[in-house]
Amino acid sequence: MLFQEIVFWILAVVAIGAALGVVLIRDLFRAALLLVLVFVAIAGFFVLLSAEFLAVVQVLIYAGAISILLIFGIMLTRNVPQGNMANRLQIPAAVFAAMLLAVMVTVAVQTEWAGLTGDQEDIASFVQTSAVTNVSAETAAPALAVTDLTVEQHDSVTNAGLADLLVSDFVLPFEAVSLLLLAAVIGSLVLVRSR
Amino acid sequence: MNCVLAEDNILHGTPLLRWVYELAGLFLPCWLSYFIAGFVIMFILVNAVLLGAAVFVWTERRLVGRLQNRVGPNRWGPFGMFQPIADLLKLIVKEDLIPQGADKIAFVAAPIIMVATAILMLAVVPFAKNTALADLNVGVLYVLAVTSLTSVAILMAGWSSNNRYALFGAARGVAVLISYEVPVVLCLLGVVIVAGSMSLADVVTAQAVPFILVQPLAMFVFVAGTSAELNRTPFDVAEAESELIAGYHIEYSGIKFGLIQAAEFGGVVTASAVIATLFLSGWAGPASNYIGWLWLLIKIGVVAFLFIWIRATFPRLRIDQIMAFAWKFLMPLSFINLMAVSLEVYFLRDSSGALTTTDLWIMTVINLVVFAVCIPLFGSLIRDKVRPAQLQPTARATPGATVQQAGGEVT
Repeated sequence: MLFQEIVFWILAVVAIGAALGVVLIRDLFRAALLLVLVFVAIAGFFVLLSAEFLAVVQVLIYAGAISILLIFGIMLTRNVPQGNMANRLQIPAAVFAAMLLAVMVTVAVQTEWAGLTGDQEDIASFVQTSAVTNVSAETAAPALAVTDLTVEQHDSVTNAGLADLLVSDFVLPFEAVSLLLLAAVIGSLVLVRSR
Repeated sequence: MNCVLAEDNILHGTPLLRWVYELAGLFLPCWLSYFIAGFVIMFILVNAVLLGAAVFVWTERRLVGRLQNRVGPNRWGPFGMFQPIADLLKLIVKEDLIPQGADKIAFVAAPIIMVATAILMLAVVPFAKNTALADLNVGVLYVLAVTSLTSVAILMAGWSSNNRYALFGAARGVAVLISYEVPVVLCLLGVVIVAGSMSLADVVTAQAVPFILVQPLAMFVFVAGTSAELNRTPFDVAEAESELIAGYHIEYSGIKFGLIQAAEFGGVVTASAVIATLFLSGWAGPASNYIGWLWLLIKIGVVAFLFIWIRATFPRLRIDQIMAFAWKFLMPLSFINLMAVSLEVYFLRDSSGALTTTDLWIMTVINLVVFAVCIPLFGSLIRDKVRPAQLQPTARATPGATVQQAGGEVT
């Protein structure tokens, strides 16, 4: 659709321009604000791909929470408008960034994106957009009409929503992340405790 | 030439947009009618929030005047009703200053972002049956995400003003915002568990019994947390006039100041709409197929009146009292609510995961008992921690003081 292409190009220009600004601008505070803009533009891409859940979570976590942490961190640094001094890690950092970029571009180009067949694609998009919470039959009806799922497929999808997958198939990563977060919370409490 | 919105379009679930699009598509090319439909939606949204803010400003000033035994604005129009127009005209013609050394772009952008977040929040609230401007299936999360953008705007305003008081105000405001975000989110989880969906339209249909009865604890925590997030009086340390002059908007003048005020009061209106939808069953009511919008407006008015009443009644809290209120009072309450609601839903639901009206009434009885027990209990627990102003530094200086203060002996 024409509109989606126009919006895509606007978002692309904004995202890439803002990302370049994050790296090139000396003023750290403005760089952080541009980073927020990048996050919001990426949320816009998710909306274009009909993944509203991801878009909302992107805004909630990245634009709303991480950026606040960053800005608070920046407020504690010296000479915010001048930015950081150059140091001898510049060249290794550049090499590392170039390697990372090369790896990511290779992965993005070589992945077979259209790997899902028709049925699986329908199921995937249904899980992505609708099975965020426990979907009842009535609320699922419009989504079902769009995706042409059979009743059994719908049941299997509903029974394996995002939340159920988290505590069944992916319980180990889930618990590992929980442990990491707990350690971070305790660590921050220890660091700021008054003696 | 007929235009039909594609089924995979994200706005396909919005009847109003579809109606305008198809109507305009009879006379105009499709791309233009799509543009017009989107414009109509945004026009309604912007005007609903800004007009709501104007009405709310007048109501608040009159009511607070009444509650404080004074008159309030009563000069222009019947009962001083045109006062917001006069205020707006004054703000538009005033000089628009940008302080020296300010970060101009961030300084100009901050009020705009504040207004935008207040307006965007209303987009997912259903005005009547099938009449949400955008019925997202992640509506509750969307409300949270949009609210969290406010903190970025406040930090932008505070930092770019190049003024210490503004920065203090912004830092305080953001600290309050991110502290109260936690109990508010936990309360919304309880609502989502009972409703079984994150779409606000489904939350309304799930309320055979209004959630203010089913989850009184969640309603209490949500109203307290929201009034803190909106920077309203018991929690308005971010703009405490006696300490910080005006907080993060100290350097703003002219129309930018007007925008910040519109965002604050419009924020109260949208927050009232969200509360009315989540806890007071939104547009539902007698004859709601015809006058659902009227029910929603009445409920918004009730919640907004509650906000004004709170503002006129309570004095401003200290920053440590505000933090203690969030972490030691509202946090445990929201956890208790979440625990109670999930256990009740786990035991009461039938095999398909649905709850009947009888189940909701059983939950109502249990949760009202929990509410009546928990509020006095945690109130008496927190009372000693926040009351004495002069004990706070000594409690930190000597390790034994806390024990003595709690009634124990130091050995």
